[in-house]
Amino acid sequence: MASLVFHPDEVRVISKRFGLGATDIDRYLQLDGYKAVQKALAMQPDALINEVKNSGLRGRGGAGFSAGMKWSFVPKQSAKPKYVLCNGDESEPGTCKDRLIFEHDPHSIIEGVMIAALAVGSHTGYIYIRGEYRYLSVIMQKAIKDAYAKGFLGKNIFGSGYDLDVYWHGGAGAYEVGEESALMESLEGKRGIPRIRPPFPAVVGLWGGPTVINNAETLAAVPHIILGGADWYAKLGTPKNGGTRLFCLAGHLNKPGVYELPMGYNLKKMIYEVGGGIPNGRELKAVVPGGSSTPVLTPDEIDIAMDFDSVAKAGSMLGSGGVVVLDDTTCIVKFALRTMKFYRHESCGWCIPCREGTDWLEKTLTRFHAGAGVKKDIDNIYYLSENMLGKTFCPLGDAAAMPTMAFVKKFRKEFEDHLDGKPCPFEKAGTVEPVLA
Amino acid sequence: MKFSEEFETRFAEMLTHYPTRRSALVPTLLYAQDEVGNLSDEVIAELAGRLDLTELEVRNVISYYSMLTTKPRGKYNVQVCTNIACMLRGGEEILDHCKKKLGISHKGTTQDGLFSLEEVECIGACSWAPAAQVNYDFHENLTNTKMDEILDEYKKKGTQ
Repeated sequence: MASLVFHPDEVRVISKRFGLGATDIDRYLQLDGYKAVQKALAMQPDALINEVKNSGLRGRGGAGFSAGMKWSFVPKQSAKPKYVLCNGDESEPGTCKDRLIFEHDPHSIIEGVMIAALAVGSHTGYIYIRGEYRYLSVIMQKAIKDAYAKGFLGKNIFGSGYDLDVYWHGGAGAYEVGEESALMESLEGKRGIPRIRPPFPAVVGLWGGPTVINNAETLAAVPHIILGGADWYAKLGTPKNGGTRLFCLAGHLNKPGVYELPMGYNLKKMIYEVGGGIPNGRELKAVVPGGSSTPVLTPDEIDIAMDFDSVAKAGSMLGSGGVVVLDDTTCIVKFALRTMKFYRHESCGWCIPCREGTDWLEKTLTRFHAGAGVKKDIDNIYYLSENMLGKTFCPLGDAAAMPTMAFVKKFRKEFEDHLDGKPCPFEKAGTVEPVLA
Repeated sequence: MKFSEEFETRFAEMLTHYPTRRSALVPTLLYAQDEVGNLSDEVIAELAGRLDLTELEVRNVISYYSMLTTKPRGKYNVQVCTNIACMLRGGEEILDHCKKKLGISHKGTTQDGLFSLEEVECIGACSWAPAAQVNYDFHENLTNTKMDEILDEYKKKGTQ
């Protein structure tokens, strides 16, 4: 069980039931549970979509696409059944937020799926949970069962005449399945290989039917928006970036943890005040602002608002909310290498630029970090990454390329310090074995 | 091939969740593996038959997912995360410590079959790093001493 943290600057919306025993359905009902879906049942689907659009809720999985807009792409009439799919395959390094929602407030995710289903006219929802989160799928299976027992799910929900089924589904270890088209493949019982788009899932998704796919945190925010109103939610954040989000503070910090802060909260403040600053009197070297795929920021770049647009303006991405902080004892080459090792491991091999690119980059970075690099490698690392960008079916290739390019661009000197057979300046003597003598 | 009653109940229920039988495959493989220990030829043949798939199609899926294995693992599979957030807080040292203590390396199994070890990618415990999973149980904010205690605990449990 992950421990909870608190900070006075937090605005608790999604996390307001954390630690209050809301996995129990009766407790959830006491805490305003399943009120939003009853309100939604009395509303027109278009009104629901507009409410979510106006709230400024943007995809918390990383892309930051307007959730209401996504819903509006689903055709009103469809010969095939429509589906809602909750993405709980959280696996972007640096990210551990959905885990807390599943652990403490599973019914809010079910309720979010239900409201999304009402908005797009779907009668079936799936909640996909990564295989490693077994204890959470146990919690979710019970939550769904309890909701059926109360008549909130199944035939004629809340006596409305609307039928709605929600099921859980489990993964078995794959980062790439977090990408929406691979997620659908996985749910259909296949390898998680991405599909080409268009057609987008909203038109042709699960088993060929129109499908809405949202991140678990996005869906968990929906009931609060329906109850509190779009205006209230939008005003919590910054223009076009409504609400709050769960930020996962990790790395070299005194008080790492998952904190719910308003969108647009200052990154510097997040590190030094909420996260308690850097331990052992060390200096900040770099920040990965939104999970491992987002380009690194240097200390002079962190006085920014943490919303999708401001972080994009600073040359990075808000991503999945995983803020990873690096102090001055960290070797950037090693960090880049570990990042690349991950993407090489997770690449499904479907697209050649990603399959070959991540492999060559891992090999080059390994050799480089071990002191067997030549000057030309630095440009080659950049060039190889650049040539993966936009050349793959799913964004895994981009996710590997973008941070690598930023590491080279912003920390070139550190790469140069590894040249001419010199051992890594950050390693204790003898800990890195040279790959080539 | 016989699975537990719990498995059969879940499997039968899961088939009602989807328009195609195949959709139940990935979670079913993991539950089957939990019972048998690994996805043996027998398990693969059984599930392929039940889901109207060829054995090759099932193997094709197994090879994609990192938690699925055709080879037996130890009773307790120790999975140490060394991805970025854990690396910054000593995940690699925890892995090295486990290697030494258990006398095995990545994907190795101890002779008594009690432990196997794996270096894994991000397990979603970044804010509580360094972290590891033993089977499905999370262990967080690890130190070498804490890891020792955890492994001793499992050893005691496993040899009782």
